Amino acid sequence: MSGLGELLLRAVFLDNLALSFFLGMCTFLAISKRVDTALGVGLAVMCVQSVTVPLNNLIYTWLLAPGALAWAGLADVDLSFLRLIAFIGVIAAMVQVVEMILEFHVPRLYRAMGIFLPLITVNCAILGGSLFMVERSYGFVESVVFGFGSGLGWALAIVMFAAIRERLKYADIPDGLQGLGINFIVAGIMSLGFLAFTGMG
Amino acid sequence: MNVNYWRILTRPLIDDNPLTLQILGICSALAVTTSLDTALLMSLVVVCVLALGNGSVSLIRNHLPHSVRIIVQITIIASLVIVVDQVLQAYAFDLSKRLSVFVGLVITNCIVLGRAEGFAMHNGFVASVLDGIGNGLGYSLILVMVGAIREFFGKGSLLNIQILVPASQGGSFEPLHLMLLPPSAFFIIGGIIWYIRRKRPEQVEKPEFTLRPRTEESAE
Amino acid sequence: MSETAGKDSAARALGVAFAVAFVCALLVSTTTVLLRPVQRANIETGRIMQLVREALPDAGAKIGVGDLEAQVVELASGRIDTGIDPAVFDTETAASQPETSAEIPRDQDLARLRRRALHAPVYLVRGAGRSIETIILPVYGRGYQSILRAWLVLDGEATRVRALKVYEQGETPGVGSRVEDPEWQAEWRDRPIYDADGVLRIGVATRAGDESGPYAKFLVDGISGATRTARGIDGMVRFWLGEFGFGPFLQRVRKGEIQ
Repeated sequence: MSGLGELLLRAVFLDNLALSFFLGMCTFLAISKRVDTALGVGLAVMCVQSVTVPLNNLIYTWLLAPGALAWAGLADVDLSFLRLIAFIGVIAAMVQVVEMILEFHVPRLYRAMGIFLPLITVNCAILGGSLFMVERSYGFVESVVFGFGSGLGWALAIVMFAAIRERLKYADIPDGLQGLGINFIVAGIMSLGFLAFTGMG
Repeated sequence: MNVNYWRILTRPLIDDNPLTLQILGICSALAVTTSLDTALLMSLVVVCVLALGNGSVSLIRNHLPHSVRIIVQITIIASLVIVVDQVLQAYAFDLSKRLSVFVGLVITNCIVLGRAEGFAMHNGFVASVLDGIGNGLGYSLILVMVGAIREFFGKGSLLNIQILVPASQGGSFEPLHLMLLPPSAFFIIGGIIWYIRRKRPEQVEKPEFTLRPRTEESAE
Repeated sequence: MSETAGKDSAARALGVAFAVAFVCALLVSTTTVLLRPVQRANIETGRIMQLVREALPDAGAKIGVGDLEAQVVELASGRIDTGIDPAVFDTETAASQPETSAEIPRDQDLARLRRRALHAPVYLVRGAGRSIETIILPVYGRGYQSILRAWLVLDGEATRVRALKVYEQGETPGVGSRVEDPEWQAEWRDRPIYDADGVLRIGVATRAGDESGPYAKFLVDGISGATRTARGIDGMVRFWLGEFGFGPFLQRVRKGEIQ
């Protein structure tokens, strides 16, 4: 079981999707002005990620991987090239579901997130999580842990970033760096900080 | 129909650069720039997908119902990316392995979907293709700069041709190992943005909160 | 107004969606099916490139994927057999089955293998004008207590050994296992194989007097305390370079008969 624990720690800290692999950056930089919206987006990403990675794992293992269709007597068929579009389809569907749930149960958050909720569909972090799952050949249980962990890591990064940005409003920043420039620098420093976790595990 | 094609092509290079102004397509820009060859290949992929994607969407824009337009755009883009990915695996195998998942992630590259929805849905075929190429080139410009800087200072080479011999191989160059790590990409792009905005002050963002100017009393 | 309604009708939406899906599916499937053989070849070559880079640490990095050529050779005649796909050929399986292997006469069985396959893969690195620059031969033989496996890398004229890369052995650690050490393997670099009369002289110095004998320059130093392992390497190299191994093939290469 320590393998799964290590996987979780790696997914949250060391292989942080936002700070080590730069995934989901557009949303990361655009929605992190306030901590509460960042928290909302982070939670939404966590939900979607925790569901889509295991789901995509099942689809890949039983339908798309080379030899996956052996249970249907089609062991020679290799549909792995379809994974990109299959995963995106699953993600789009899941985001729709999350949207509907939020709309009915947490309408305030739903309205606050506005356009950014459907934009999670094209958040590289979500698709990236599934693609990494394939690249690293995770099993189903590992996919669950990785999906949850990577979503958590991303959410953690965006909330921390938003918190810093709220403070940064009151700083005297050179004109050229105002806004996007300083955001990049701050993200770089955070990324440097997360590198410190390399010693762990 | 006084569409200025030249402007469509060149505006996204500096004035409306997708990376440094529109905040689009950042994910892959940071990840694939550890060396110049991967940055160049990624640029090529994005220019192709943008041009072809924009062109395709523009061709069917008048027949595309509102309700399904986003998903249809994603389908077209995803198919193009799969095709490009397959071609890379066949003819540039080593490089494609180093790009790993990032070719697939072009599907979610905000530039591609952003331009398809924002431009190609409302403009003619030629204009859309040019807009795709223009934005692709703007993206490539930043990517190539970052890639060149990171590879040169991180390894002393460019396109795998060794220019400065590192100390580990008997030379006098001490490579900046930070260049090969993720944070350096953030810093370099931050620096590029700073430089662009000094040259083009109209891109400077207004601060959300203006500091009160220092006066004699507040110094107490 | 009716035009907008028509455009947004459910039927139209479905129709457009299906049409787009169909065209995209056609595009994707066609591309994939057409490109699959090329991709398979790439994966196979990638695997070999990995092995080549291990065999030639200095020059290996400069060889591109496109320069490496895998072939299957019929050992007895030395001819390339184009009918066998090198990507699927497995030497040791072939060696264990009677139809695809031959028994080695005892006096020629220097590697103590008893049987060897009728065919073997070879890897050619081509240079300018498709001339053969480097020949990479997979070889194996019996050591002191394990099977030794190595890559024997020869120059394009098959007259010198450029490298011997032992990649698998289970000999005594610290003693016989030193055949995997880069220092020992470096001794094979540029060693001539044949003497002036064309007789195979390369080997490992395992007998007293070898180091001062007439053929000392052909012999790699033995390893003290690991005589049996060294003899295993000696037998392996001499077998596979000899008549019952790749000898006939190498002769054809020298005569320029291999295209």
